[in-house]
This record gives sequence, C-alpha cells and structure tokens, in this order.
Amino acid sequence: MYTQALNDRPAAAAVEDADQAERFQARIDAEDRIEANDWMPEAYRRTLVRQISQHAHSEIIGQLPEGNWITRAPSLRRKAALLAKVQDECGHGLYLYAAAETLDASREELMDQLMEGRARYSSIFNYPATTWADIGAIGWLVDGAAIMNQIPLCRCSYGPYARAMIRVCKEESFHQRQGFEIMMTLCNGTVAQKAMAQDALNRWWWPCLMMFGPPDGASQHSDQSTRWKIKRFSNDALRQKFVDATVPQAEYLGLTLPDPALAFDAATGHWTHGEIDWDEFKQVLAGNGPCNRDRIEARRAAHENGEWVRAAAAAFAAKQSQRQAA
Amino acid sequence: MAGGPGLRRFFEDENMATNTITVSETPLVLYALRRADDSLILGHRLSEWCGHAPTLEEDMALANIGLDLIGQARSLYGYAAEVEPREDGRSANDEDGYAYFRDAGQYRNLLLCEQPNRDFACTMVRQFFYSAFTDPYWRAMTSSSDPTLAAVAAKSEKESAYHLRHAAEWLIRLGDGTEESHARTQRAVDALWSFTGELFDADDAEDSLVADRLVVHPSAFRDIWSDTVDVGFARAGLRRPDGAWMQRGGRGGRHSEHLGPLLAEMQHLQRSHPGARW
Amino acid sequence: MTPTPTVPLWEVFIRSRAGLSHKHVGSLHAADAVLALQAARDVFTRRGEGLSLWVVPSSAIVASDPQEKGMMFEPTASKPYRHPTFYEVPDEVGHM
Repeated sequence: MYTQALNDRPAAAAVEDADQAERFQARIDAEDRIEANDWMPEAYRRTLVRQISQHAHSEIIGQLPEGNWITRAPSLRRKAALLAKVQDECGHGLYLYAAAETLDASREELMDQLMEGRARYSSIFNYPATTWADIGAIGWLVDGAAIMNQIPLCRCSYGPYARAMIRVCKEESFHQRQGFEIMMTLCNGTVAQKAMAQDALNRWWWPCLMMFGPPDGASQHSDQSTRWKIKRFSNDALRQKFVDATVPQAEYLGLTLPDPALAFDAATGHWTHGEIDWDEFKQVLAGNGPCNRDRIEARRAAHENGEWVRAAAAAFAAKQSQRQAA
Repeated sequence: MAGGPGLRRFFEDENMATNTITVSETPLVLYALRRADDSLILGHRLSEWCGHAPTLEEDMALANIGLDLIGQARSLYGYAAEVEPREDGRSANDEDGYAYFRDAGQYRNLLLCEQPNRDFACTMVRQFFYSAFTDPYWRAMTSSSDPTLAAVAAKSEKESAYHLRHAAEWLIRLGDGTEESHARTQRAVDALWSFTGELFDADDAEDSLVADRLVVHPSAFRDIWSDTVDVGFARAGLRRPDGAWMQRGGRGGRHSEHLGPLLAEMQHLQRSHPGARW
Repeated sequence: MTPTPTVPLWEVFIRSRAGLSHKHVGSLHAADAVLALQAARDVFTRRGEGLSLWVVPSSAIVASDPQEKGMMFEPTASKPYRHPTFYEVPDEVGHM
C-alpha cells in the first residue's frame, strides 16, 4: 500500500531488556495504545518511522498527478472539488509527518530523504495522469484501495499514528465518491468520454492491485508488524477485499476490468484475478516507473524555490524575538 | 448544465469553430462578470501553487484562498446567469458557460489578477494589493440594495478579511526577512504597482448601478486601500513606487499576454468536447 | 545536499463548540506564533471543526514521564471512596 516497500527488509534485532520487551508486547496484546514517550523496542520505533514517513511521502507525492489537472478541470464544480481533494492530501502528509515527529524523526530530515531518493512512497504515484478520466480513476480506484488499508490503521497500536489516520479517513470519505462520480458522468456521456473512462481503467487497474504490496508469501516484514499491531490485515487479504468491492462497481459503470482471467469463485465467494506483473512493480519501486524522476524533481523544485521564503520567515522570527528582548 | 449553452449556440452563432458564447452584457451582467472573473482568474492562479508551495502549511493556505475565490466566482456567475436577458426559447448561460466558453477578449477581470505567480513574493504582493481592496469593498457591498449581491458580499467580506491578513503577514515577513526576500518583494511591488490603478475604475455601465445603489463606486476605496498599503509597506520596510502611470484594459477585455495561455489551459477540455457534460 | 534547517513545532488545540474545552488536534510547523495561528486555521479548521484556536510551542509543554506512571497515577486507584458508587443508598430513596 502506501508503505508497501516496508516488506523488503527485516528489522535489525536490537539488544534490549527482555522484561521490557515482554511488558511491551503484553500491552500490545491487550490492545493498549503506545504513546510517544512510552518505552518501545528500537525496531518498533524504526518500523513505524519508516511506515509513517512512506505514508506521508505518498500523500505529498500523490498531490502531483492529480494536481496537474486542477487548472484543466472541465467545470467549476469539479475544479473546486479537485483542489479541495489535492489540498486534503497535503494535509494528510502534514498530519503524518507530525506523527513521525513524535518518534524523533523531523519532517525536514524525512523530506530530505525523499528528495535524495533515499525514501520510498507508493508505486502508484509514479504513473502518469494523462486524461481527465484518470482523475476519476484515481479517486475511485487509488483512493478506494487506500481506504481499505487506512481504515484498519485507525486501530494501529501507535496512538499518534492511529489518531492521524482517524482524521485522514474522515476527510478521505469524499475522495472516492468524487472519483466515482467523475467516472459515472463519463460513462453516461459521449462515446469519446466513455472510451476515455475505459482507457483510464485499463491503465490504472493493475498498478492499483500492486498498491497492496507483494503477495503474503514474499513479504518478510508482515509477521512482526502484525505482532505489533501496526498491520492488521495481510497484503493479499486487503487486495482481495478491494477486488471484491470493485468488480460490481465497474459493472455498474458498464466498464470492463482489463483482466481476462477475472472470475467469480462460488466456493469462496470471492473474485479471483489474473497474475500481477511483479517485475513491473519492482521496477517502479526501484525508480524506473514512468514518472519517478518527475515526481522527485517536482518536490525538489518546490523545496528549492521555497528555501528563501522559509529563510525569510526564520530571519523575521529571529529579529522579532530580539526586538522583544530589547 | 456544463457546456450545454455552448452546444446549442454552436449551430446558431458565427463563432461556430470555437463554440464561444455570446453574452448580453447589461450593466448588471457586466458587473457580476467583472467581479466573478477577478475571483476565478486569481483563484486559478493560486490553484497553480497546489503541491508546489514553500511549505506544506502554505500549500494548504493558498488552496484555501483559491477555493474561497472560486466559490465567489461561482456565486457571481450564477447571478449573472440569472439576470442575463433571455431570448425566446433559449436558456441563459450558466457558470461553466461563462468560465469555459468566453474568449480572452470577453473576460472582464483586472489585469492584476491574471499576472503570473512568478515567485512567492509576487503571489503575496498580488494578493495583498487585491485583498486590500476587496476587504473594504465587500464590507461596503453588504448594504447593496440588491439582496443577492449583498449576500455574496456578506460571505466574501469574511473571506477577503482573512486573505488580507494572511497576505499582509507574509508581506511583512518577506519585506523584513532576509536581504534576498526583501529584494524579491520590492521587485514584485515595483512590477505589480502599475496594475493597481484599475482597482478603482468604473465605467458608465457601473455608474448606472452606483446611481441605483446596487453597487458602491470602487473609487470610494482609494484612500483606505492606500492607507492599508502604506501601513503594510512601513512594517515590511518596502518602498512605495513613485510611478503614476497605470495599466488599464482588463475591465474592457483588453488583456496582457498572460490571460490567453491561462484560458487555453483552463478551457481546452470543454472546448474540445462540445456539448459534453463533465 | 545540506540538511534543511528545522522550523519550530507547535501544538494545536481547538474548541469545537461554545461550552467545550479546547482539545489537542495535532501539530504543525511555523516560524513564529502569528504564522502558526494562521496555519492552524488553514490546516485544522477546513470543515467547520472549531470556534477557537490555541497554538502552543511544543517545546513549552512539560510532560509527565511514562516511567513514573506508577508513582504518578496508581496511588489514586486505591481510593474508591472518592466515587459515588462506593456508597450504598437503598433503591427506594431514589436517585441521589
């Protein structure tokens, strides 16, 4: 999901007081929440910083593909909704960086990691939003997938992260509906509009399935994260939930999911899907998606162009406190 | 309905190739369009910052101001559509008709509003000049004899008051921050100054509305605007430009080179799918 | 790349309705108090969340030490007589 890259590296074992670790795990098992100043295993802290920061990066990088359509939104109603939505994503990034900061990782340090290419974010935002229908597809599918992952995170064992996620989920509730409404309008529109919607679905469907991360068997981090109640459902379970929810929605729209192998399994009551191209996923995570370089470049440009502004605010604040002291 | 009027007129007007609408610009329609265009064009400019602002906090703030302005534009376009004279059997234009199917020459916004964002200093100085006018302007307009305009004003007044506060606080920090920020801000002030004269202009059409007490004459706000600007400049350590020459033309549809590309980007989807709904 | 200098952190509190106390809602970065208050408004009150805002420098908060939780908060657990349910009042007396 937004933190899919977590699955790639097991945490280093830290030498810590065994009693403390046991008491810590007992608290987690009892569904207690861990707060910022509480004792926690170093690996728990590190895992959380990685997960929360990847999530935060995904939000602010996620502003870019949709942001590129704000100035071209085809009606004033859509323009206002899209601007509000992309603004929400910025807000979500902000809440999440703040949650990471409770674990002593400053926003500046995390953003530096992002701009230097040392941090990861969701692979999905490395795909281009080339038509207006992509704005519909992103809202419907990407936000739909995100919400599947984010709702369980509202019960994450780490209090500040869980609280940030509650706020995020509350605000996100309009995002998916906004996207679905765009798709619906296109599907009820002209032939060209419906073709635009189908084309967007064709391009976004598989990358959306990849958002949930590698299959459970290949995911090394999941066990520990599950024990710590940072993660509550497996990648495959969430992916299945998403597919099951989306198939009837696509049908309602009169669109075809680009997977000939898609079939309903009456025995399990679930939809089974075709093979996901995990090589593509790995390439995109490794920096070779269609937009990886553009995304980082856009973040760097915003950061560098804003440097003198932040310096001005800091200089003014310093002068003000000197004046007040005098 | 998005694009509807555009399609209908596609078959009727001489502007067939571009499905540009025609507008019956009565004084009241013209008035509403002028203020709506100011809000839309400036709101559009601010929306260009989304995802690219100097800090996340400021990204949020600029989007908020942009949303306020787009909202004001929508109310005013809606009112223009309501009061635009209808010809037999033909429905009036709507907000998207005005926004997406008028050419640059039909846009009535201030030249100030269409000036590009350039850097954060330029964006904030532009906002400061504009909001220093709209803040007292909308407050006065709350007593318009036209209930719709008074209601738009009541909402816009509160929004503009915050826009002014926000821009002024940044003006002070940028002007009195570092050497670089001061230089950039003074440069922005010098570059935008000649677009401020148009804020206070009105033509015969608007004068007729003033006479009927529907609107307040913009020139009534020259002194208060000037005071606000002087106080801001003093606190920011900025110099008020001496230049007395003012650029004009936006209210009459004579624009700078910057509006065309903005509209081309904003309108291209609507224009390339005539009659489609979005 | 030189590390980006840090900007002060502020804690944000909102009074959601008249009659309620301010509640912590999150934190943000701002160079000074005025910008912090503006940012709090722009970040945390976009959906009618509040009527009043406080921003407090995070560094000004003095927090109890979780390690001292026992000393700080457990002694109170053995004083049930501070709670109304400790006392027996017959049902027929009615609500008290």
